[in-house]
Amino acid sequence: MTTIGTILSAGLLLLASLLALLAAVGLLRFNTVMARTHPVTKAITLGVVAVCVAGALRVEDRTDALRLLLVAVFQIVTAPIAAHMVARAAHRVGSGGTRDLPIDELRESGR
Amino acid sequence: MTVVLTICGTMLAVAALLCTARLIKGPTLADRVFALDALLIVVVIAIGVWTATTGRGTYIEALLVIALVAFIGTTTVARFIERRGDT
Repeated sequence: MTTIGTILSAGLLLLASLLALLAAVGLLRFNTVMARTHPVTKAITLGVVAVCVAGALRVEDRTDALRLLLVAVFQIVTAPIAAHMVARAAHRVGSGGTRDLPIDELRESGR
Repeated sequence: MTVVLTICGTMLAVAALLCTARLIKGPTLADRVFALDALLIVVVIAIGVWTATTGRGTYIEALLVIALVAFIGTTTVARFIERRGDT
């Protein structure tokens, strides 16, 4: 049981670190603000969830495991809100390649 | 577990460096905010890796607080961009 938990937790840790690295590469290589929203939101959130599950498998105290899962839930809830607010602000002031989008339904709706 | 800690630490260090590069380069303020958010979450993942490899729950509060500060800071700067414009 302990060895299975350790192996699973090691794999999840490697997955989380790889996702963080890929998100950073995407953040550096994508060319507009709207494209950079994707690595910051999705890859990194999955990385935080993986690392929290790995920690919950390894930690001795049960309340510590619950708090780690709380961190994961908190990240899932807040990451889309933060990225959406920044992207909407960038769209409103028209910066970062948001002025010449081929389809811009947010501007057509007038909000 | 030591090997895992070394590999994860190397990957997270490279990720933090790439985020810092975007933070310095980023043409607009929104890019810099995204880079700073990603950098803080990389710190969260690093503390989580330490927690999982040692099995000690000492720094879980720091994990929660850093995630909270990353969210509140990003939201605040988003409001600031809306009011002042993106430079």
